[in-house]
Formats: sequence, C-alpha cells, structure tokens
Amino acid sequence: MCQCERLGTEEQVKEFYDVLSKYKGNKDNIMVVLQTTQNIFGYIPEKSVKIIAENLEMPESEIYGIISFYSQFTLTPKAKYNIDICLGTACFVLGAQDVLNKILSKLNVRVGEMTQDGKWIVTSCRCLGCCGLAPAMTINGEVYGKLKVEDIDRILDNFAD
Amino acid sequence: MDFEKLQEIKQKYLAEINFRKNADGSQVDYKYDIMVCGGTGCRSCKSKSIEEKLIEVIKSKNLERDIKVHGVGCFGLCVNGPVILIYPQDAMYIKVSIDDVEEIIDKLIGGELVERLLPEENGKKITKKNELQFCKKQKYIARNNAEFMSLDNMLGDYIALEGYSALYKVITTMKPEEVIKIIKDSGLRGRGGAGFSTGQKWEYTKVVDAPQKYVICNADEGDPGAFMDRSIIEGNPHAIVEAMAIAGYAIGASKGFVYLRAEYPLAGERLQKAIDEANEKGLLGDNIFETSFSFKLEIKYGAGAFVCGEETALMRSIEGNRGEPTLKPPYPAEKGLFGCPTVINNVETLANVAQIINNGASWFNSIGTQDSKGTKVFALTGKIKNSGLIELPMGTTIREIIYDIGGGIPNGKKFKAVQMGGPSGGCIPAEYLDTPIDYKSLSELGSMMGSGGMIVVDEDSCMVDLARFFLQFTVDESCGKCTPCRIGNKRILEILTNITEGRATLEDLDKLEDLCHYVKEDSLCGLGQTSPNPVLSTLKYFRDEYIEHIVNHKCRAGVCKALTSYVIMDKCIGCSACSRVCPVGAISGELKKKFRIDKEKCVGCGRCYNTCRFGAIAKE
Repeated sequence: MCQCERLGTEEQVKEFYDVLSKYKGNKDNIMVVLQTTQNIFGYIPEKSVKIIAENLEMPESEIYGIISFYSQFTLTPKAKYNIDICLGTACFVLGAQDVLNKILSKLNVRVGEMTQDGKWIVTSCRCLGCCGLAPAMTINGEVYGKLKVEDIDRILDNFAD
Repeated sequence: MDFEKLQEIKQKYLAEINFRKNADGSQVDYKYDIMVCGGTGCRSCKSKSIEEKLIEVIKSKNLERDIKVHGVGCFGLCVNGPVILIYPQDAMYIKVSIDDVEEIIDKLIGGELVERLLPEENGKKITKKNELQFCKKQKYIARNNAEFMSLDNMLGDYIALEGYSALYKVITTMKPEEVIKIIKDSGLRGRGGAGFSTGQKWEYTKVVDAPQKYVICNADEGDPGAFMDRSIIEGNPHAIVEAMAIAGYAIGASKGFVYLRAEYPLAGERLQKAIDEANEKGLLGDNIFETSFSFKLEIKYGAGAFVCGEETALMRSIEGNRGEPTLKPPYPAEKGLFGCPTVINNVETLANVAQIINNGASWFNSIGTQDSKGTKVFALTGKIKNSGLIELPMGTTIREIIYDIGGGIPNGKKFKAVQMGGPSGGCIPAEYLDTPIDYKSLSELGSMMGSGGMIVVDEDSCMVDLARFFLQFTVDESCGKCTPCRIGNKRILEILTNITEGRATLEDLDKLEDLCHYVKEDSLCGLGQTSPNPVLSTLKYFRDEYIEHIVNHKCRAGVCKALTSYVIMDKCIGCSACSRVCPVGAISGELKKKFRIDKEKCVGCGRCYNTCRFGAIAKE
C-alpha cells in the first residue's frame, strides 16, 4: 500500500483498486484497465503498471508493450490545458500545419512537450472527425474549428492561469 | 418483449413521427417540433447550449404545450452548423447562434420562419430542406430517417419507424440460411474498405461448426476525412444493435462486440444507451422475442491505433494485446476472436441490414450499378463549398457530387483532383470527373471506395506534398511488425521529402516506383498493401508535377516551402509590413516605395505573403 499512496489522491487510489478487483486475474481486460487507470489519474503512472501486472497476472513488459503501442496511452502527466491539433487530411489541406506552427512558436515548445509552467501540452492527432470544421483542434476536449493563424493568439490568451 | 408489445410502442410514438415526416398533425396535441443537431460537428459549435436556451425561452413564454425541443442526429451539412430543423414546416436553419433563439420562438409561434437563418441558393432562400441542392440527389438508406428521430427517445422513435421489426421477422419466421440468402441476393458489399460480399462473409462463418462464434462491428473509423460511421452511431445507434443481432442469428453467434474508436466519446455514450435500452426491453439478452435465440452486446474501446481498423489487428486488440495484424488465412470466419469463427462488419454495412430484411433483396439491388448495389455515404471535405456527409446511390458521377451537391470549389479556384479512400486510396484527376462511383471503376482508376472519404483538392494543393502527407500518416501508424511496411514506407517517405525539398534526382523517381510495388506486394496486412496507393496514383496522373519538382525545382502550387520563392510586385505601396515580419531580414526598401526581397537570404517561409494586405507579394 505504501507505494500506491503516492499514486494520487486517496479517492483516486481507491477507485483504482476497485477497478483492479473487478478484473483481477483476467488479462483479457488489460485495455479496459489501462483506459480506466488513465481516466482516474490523467495518465498511467509507472507505479500503477507494477500493481496492474500483479493483479492481472501478466508481465510488466507486456503491459508496457501495450501502452507504447496505442497512442492514446501516456506515461507522463497531463498539462493543465491539452491542445490536440488535427492533422487529418481535410485539416491539412486547409492549413493545419500553419496553425500548429503558430501555436508552437507562441508557446515556445515542441510537439508532445509540456511548457515549463506546466500549463500547455500540444499534441497532434489524425482526424477528430469534424472535417466540416477544418482546420480544427481541441483544447481539453472542446473543439475549436475553422481555425486561422490570426485567431490563435486570441484563443490561447483566453486561457488564464 | 413480444410482437404485441412492439406494436404498442410503435403506435405510441407513430403520431410524432408522422407529424415530423409527413406534416400530419392530426394525432398530436402540440404544434411544432424543433430538432437541434446533436452530432459532434454541431455540438462543437455550441448546439447543446442552443438546445438548452430554446427550452429555457419556451418555458419562460409558457409555450411548452405548443413547441417541443429535441436533439437529433447529424444531418450531414456540417459546414453550416449548428443546424436546426423545424417541423412540420420541414425547414432547416443554418449557422444558428444563441442570440437567434428568442426570434426563432417568437416567429414560430406565429407560424413564421426566420428568413435570414434559412439556407440560400442562387440568391433564393430555401424554405424546405429537401429542396436544397445538397439534399435533392441524396438517397438515404444507411442514414434513413435519422432526421426524424429524437435523441431523447431513440428506441421509441426507432420502433415507430419499423425498427426491430426486421429482427422480429428474422428470429420468429426465418431460418438462418434464408437470412443469409436475402443479404447475399441484395448484393450488399462491405462499406469499410475491401468491399467483400456481406452475405458471403456471413455464410462462410455460419458453415463452420463451433460452440462459440462472435459478431464484431468495426467502428474504428480511422481514415482521416471520414466520419459517416460516427454520424450513424450518434444519430441512430439502434440500427446497429438490431443488425448485429440479426447477424448473430444468421451465423449462430450469441455474443457481439462493437469496437469503437476512443476518439468518439459521444457515439460511445449513445451506443451504450441504446444497448441498455435494448437489454431492458428484451431486444438483446436471453430469449429475445421469447424464442431460444440469445444475443449479448458489448462495446470495446480502441486506444488510438489506426491499424486496429484492420480486422485481425482489431481482434487482437479486443483480446487485450498490441493491435498487430496476423496472417490470413486463417480468415476470421474460421478462426477469429479468441480463436472462434467471427463475422466483422463495418458500421455503414450493418446500417443497411434491417432495411434489406424489411424491404427485400430486390428492392436493394434495384438501386446502384451492376456490381455495386445500394447507396454509399461519402464524407465530402477539403476545398469544397458544401462539406459534409452525403448518401448517394452507387453509380453517381464524381462531377455530380462535386458540382451539384458539393456546390463546387470555393473562391473561384480550379478543381485539381479528389482523393478517395483515405491513406489506402488514390486520387482521381479532373479528366475522370464523369466516372460513375462504384467499386470496380474506382479500383480501375487506382483509387478505391474505402470508407468513403472524399477530399477535394484545388490548384493550391501540391500533389507531391499530398502524397507525402499520406505516407507520413502511414509511417506514424504502421505497427512495425512486418519489414516492408515498417522500413519500406519510411524510405518512400524519405524520397518524397527529398523531392519536396528539391534534393531528389530522376533516378529517385524510378526507385520510388519500385519501392511502392515492393511494399504493396510484400506487406502483411491491408495497411501496408495499400499504403503506396497515394504515391502511385499521383505518379500516374501528376507525374509532371514530380518532374517539375526534381528538374525545375519548382512547386507550381507554391506549397513546398523549399521550392517556393516570393517576389514583390508593382502593387506594393511600401507599407513595410512585410519587412517587419520577415524572420531573416530579407526584405528591405524605403517607405512608400516598392520593397524588394533578397533571394539569397529568403528562406521561403511565406510570412510576408500572408501578411501583405494588398496582394502585392506573389509566389514564383
């Protein structure tokens, strides 16, 4: 238990163990367990991987194999605001790359890195499925569509500390 | 649930459906229905708050008895969102904002429409949505009736529109062989990629003797630019539930999975609600319609891997492994999920099933062309006026889609090509605009139906860069299991990058073509076997652009930065805006006189071009 206390808040840890007990010993459910773990903590803490491995009776290496395979899973904590910019075809032909470049230069980060203040992470994805609104991005899940390079300052500045 | 109960539910909600569908208000005690689009596209333009505001305003004006507000599935005209439908007028409002709500209600109660919110065509306001050019040529099967169904009463409205009557008919009056025969005779083919006969797939799975079989719905809609599956699930999830139960009965499976993209939370929410409702009413679960047939359904979420749309990879992912494809044969029909015979169908394919059972095979196969029956939903996007979802009979020409329905290319630009079938497909240039769309003619052109993504590109798009974009996608998404796909695609991408940056030779072009054929022939799964298609088809139709990049170091579309240079024209008024944004100080001049760009210093970033408000900077 001593390890898990540092996993997250008491509430989060309890929820995490509830999920584990539900799927204990059945490795077919690894995807669901990882998805819920990530929902609880916002990412998959390395410590949780060991605990999952013990409970689902599978090697840690296999779990890391799965985590690294699927782009949705992350082993690093999330920033306060996560920008996910769509580089799907429709967005791409309508200038998503320029929008991305503008965001990166404004925040002075590279794709996938957190800003030093922990406020932003910019990632790109393949098609949010709202191609009618291209180019589009999400900030913490909310969609911003028909983006123009000129709009970026205004949109990002709206996110105060 | 038995037949009487099904009829009872149907009768209960039929009046409201008749009101919306046929403007028959004789059976309802209210006057108007307002349906607010609840698809992901409109939701992202705040359609939910419009819906809430409508309810609030109606309440404050004590009009709750006269006007009802519902959510509704995606109508397809996403570019004009948020979209609102008004019944019984059958009108559509576009680009509605929260400030319009008061006016909408005030006018509606007097039986009037807000003219400025109606869509316009050729200078004329269109009062009935089906008179829109965008709607006229469409034929709805997979997306049938979604515009009349309330998201707040998904099951009731679906049943009122004949929902679950096909399932009832199948399991109480038909043998599995008969079901398969109807689907086979209908000519229905897979709508997700390869276009295999659905009936045959079911038959191959049925004849295998096994104690456990599975039905999987492939809702891992990963092709960038395609979103019909999402829209079908969001608008009418019960159609998928019913079709999967029918498939289960036909092949002898008692368990089904929907493998849904994690990126589609709203679709997941609605599908789960539909599954829960069906379980509760005994339309799923044990002894459906009091027969011995039992069928359980569960959603499994993906985790962001494009390759999981490939059926063997998808099954590995459901089993809780890395989503890496496995060799075929054995096909899923023999050894699929957990080693059991499995049928995997795409969402749109399944959306046709119940209607084929209800209306018969000959109804379905009378629509479409010789080898492609029924309709296909396309996601029309890119450089096109009316982007959105459209459903058309097979055999419609590309020209009709782009000019009649799509409204043509915006800003008076010239059509260059349409990319069909996503990263596995190919482009079709202007000279083939009159090709009727069916499986065969598209593959003859080096493209494919795929999932139905249609991305229109105009003269401002560089075909080499487009091919490079798709290869970048494949390289990112390749699972890495087989060498041709993992390394071959990477090398293809490198050559393409060299071309776009002006470092390639003509020999590279031959190498590129060879490599494409290797990767196509030797890759393990559908991803690698089709990934060179965007390169091969652009090479076939736009070889001159490749050569221009290599020999003349020129990108005619001005997209490839390394090959683009800028020049200031005589229009320049000398405002100095460009010189102030130039990151390398390549622009100089005297105020109020023409500036000039030092070509030695210029890095071709294009900031000056984007900054100039007088159109005085041109690409060279």
